[in-house]
Amino acid sequence: MKRVFLLLLVLAFSTAASSWAAVQPDEMLKDPVLEARARTLSQQLRCMVCQNESIDDSDAPLAHDLRVLVRERIEAGDSDTQVLDFLVARYGEFVLLKPRLSWRTVLLWGLPPGLLLTGMALLVIAARRRRGQGQEGAPDLTVAEQARLKKILAESGSWSADPTFRLD
Amino acid sequence: MIPELGHYALMLALGLALIQGTMPIVGTRTNDAVLMSMAAPTALAQFAFVAMAFTALAICYVISDFSVLNVFENSNSQMPLIYRLTSIWGNHEGSMMLWVSILTFFGALVAVFGNNLPPVLKANALAVQAWIAAAFHLFILTTSNPFVRIPHAPFEGQDLNPILQDPGLAFHPPLLYLGYVGFSIAFSFAIAALLEGRIDAAWARWVRPWVLAAWMCLTVGIAGGSYWAYYTLGWGGFWFWDPVENASLMPWLAGTALLHSAVVMEKRGALKIWTILLAILTFSLSLIGTFLVRSGVLTSVHTFATDPMRGVFILAILIVFIGGALALYGWRAPLLKQGGLFAPISREGALVFNNLFLTTACASVFIGTLYPLALEALTGEKISVGPPFFNATFGPLFIPLMIVMPFGPLMGWKRGDLLGAAQRLLAAAVLAAIAMTAALALEQGGPVLAPFGAGIAVFVMAGAVTDLAERTLFLRLPFRAALRRAIGLPRSAWGTAFAHFGLGVTLLGIVAATAWGSERIAEMKVGDNVDIAHYRITFTGLFSRQGPNYHETVGRFVVRRMNGEVIGVMEPSRRSFPTRNMTTTEAALMTRRVSQLYISLGDPMPNGNVAVRAYFKPHVLLIWAGAAIMFAGGALSLSDRRLRVGAPQPAKTKAALRPAA
Repeated sequence: MKRVFLLLLVLAFSTAASSWAAVQPDEMLKDPVLEARARTLSQQLRCMVCQNESIDDSDAPLAHDLRVLVRERIEAGDSDTQVLDFLVARYGEFVLLKPRLSWRTVLLWGLPPGLLLTGMALLVIAARRRRGQGQEGAPDLTVAEQARLKKILAESGSWSADPTFRLD
Repeated sequence: MIPELGHYALMLALGLALIQGTMPIVGTRTNDAVLMSMAAPTALAQFAFVAMAFTALAICYVISDFSVLNVFENSNSQMPLIYRLTSIWGNHEGSMMLWVSILTFFGALVAVFGNNLPPVLKANALAVQAWIAAAFHLFILTTSNPFVRIPHAPFEGQDLNPILQDPGLAFHPPLLYLGYVGFSIAFSFAIAALLEGRIDAAWARWVRPWVLAAWMCLTVGIAGGSYWAYYTLGWGGFWFWDPVENASLMPWLAGTALLHSAVVMEKRGALKIWTILLAILTFSLSLIGTFLVRSGVLTSVHTFATDPMRGVFILAILIVFIGGALALYGWRAPLLKQGGLFAPISREGALVFNNLFLTTACASVFIGTLYPLALEALTGEKISVGPPFFNATFGPLFIPLMIVMPFGPLMGWKRGDLLGAAQRLLAAAVLAAIAMTAALALEQGGPVLAPFGAGIAVFVMAGAVTDLAERTLFLRLPFRAALRRAIGLPRSAWGTAFAHFGLGVTLLGIVAATAWGSERIAEMKVGDNVDIAHYRITFTGLFSRQGPNYHETVGRFVVRRMNGEVIGVMEPSRRSFPTRNMTTTEAALMTRRVSQLYISLGDPMPNGNVAVRAYFKPHVLLIWAGAAIMFAGGALSLSDRRLRVGAPQPAKTKAALRPAA
């Protein structure tokens, strides 16, 4: 989509680089298992000179260097976490596309579930409050509306005095 | 002369917007019917002048008038006519012109089709619409004037960026803007209702078609952009969680929530205050999207703008409109009358669930998009929030939504029967389980969750079909009787089923293409084969071709089945554009039913070999087909005249419950 414009950046700053995506045949590891690990890791690492692109997608020279580095670490026997730690030690948290939980990112990780729970809690409270008010119905119904409601209830019959709640 | 006329027309439009923004409101306060009735003709006139300005700019592009700076910077006389036209919005100034054109177009539509509206609501809504228009006219005139001249006109223009020289540019931005800006109508109506301090179920009936139309355009706009990126960028990705994409996804999520809460408000008179808030938030997110893309805050190229003046101006628009709207909401909303009682397990309850999860999903996208900016502004620390974050937060919020979705339409209003709905969905659940097992058995590899995702997608699709079968009593009545019921079914019911089915189709496409696709990256010399999925691709050579304003190197690949039968030739290429000294990659696509083979070409190597990326994308077309089905669902629902005019439902009780309009 407008990510097309991302390419503009890549093109603008690296005229030498091809506009062709990412991993080159000569970079790939022989062992398919190790290569698969390298690809998975690459997708979690940011190409720092690009706009929100992983080193797996980017064709900037830096991304190439990082891809080679990741593969070197993997061949040296590092675990996935060790590779990530190594890169964070070198380039900072900025290199991770999925930020680690820390005091800086508490709100980032906490807000989505927090909002969901708050929303649920508010709904439950609204329901409770309705139930607590019992069957008195809505106090703000006008006389005319109550009359109409009564008529409807008489017509439909099936509508019994259930705990109901109202949201607004 | 023509650009000056356009410039002048835009100034007149600003003047008209100021009149339209004040006089009708004065009219509603003083009960002056004449002042109130000024709104509609002024809206029409304003649109006429903006259309004139836009046409002037279009003429400059068509005749390649390079004495206009904007045309010089973004066009070239060698470009085909279609790209000279689409260049209009392939840049900052022109895309803002498109923005206000669509904004005033919607204002004119309300003026024309709003005859059934109460005069006060119509006057207020058109006035609010005019405030928005005035702000953006002023923005264009002061910071982004597309009609600026160059003293000594050059002979040739600088060309449109080659990446944008694509049919995608003809459809994607206009559709996206129709969606973005279309939500302004809901916003204007919400503010109008707050100004008047009065709101009833009829409000939802008037607003819903506008929201639906905007939602439809945004849906296909986003999908179209995704397909464009898919075939342009050369690695077959279709969604990147890029801030600019998120900017369009957020209004879509909020708009989808609004569409559903407006149903509750229209049918049952409940959720009024929440619906008003959603209407404000949806358009606010559109404005925030415009700000993110246009201000340069993302510090990149998405934003052609480097001028901080623009950013500050849009930020001011943002603060005035969003802040003002929310303040007005905080002040007036408690005064609005509430209504509508329902049990937690009911259609309303299901729609509340929908709203809770959609808005939380929207909030998580919002947080993920803006958190790095906020953190950097406050502490100077830089973090990245990329696809892994969004997959981890957005996914878990969307899955429950998809599981509950088929239940909603099967539940009754006021009080639903969960067990009954579950029983009726038994067939759908069995189908989903079969799909899950089949996926597990057939597709080795891929994420563990993928078969589960496929199962949910099938459940959603089968659930939509179940909904229709239940309403038409298909399989229970004789076929002809069921058919008669199907024809008699409200079109909005068909619309719901289509839209839900489409979402299932899209999900299935996403799951299949991401989890079970295959990729081959290889260096090939002439005669080499690469096997991918159940196809064998043979590289037969490179050749050159000349296009209208580019030169391209084309690779030829013969595609065979494994038994040797030739099924076609694919020709990916690399185009070089001399004007800007840029190269683009044109991937070749071969469609096999709903799956695609995808080849893109790398740089030719010194030894004459080429680097090749080949993909097999199973069921990938379902992603966009699903969006088209959603659009069709929206169109069906929109064509339901009863919904628009607000004629009562067949059930007598419901009609009686509805407050007088």
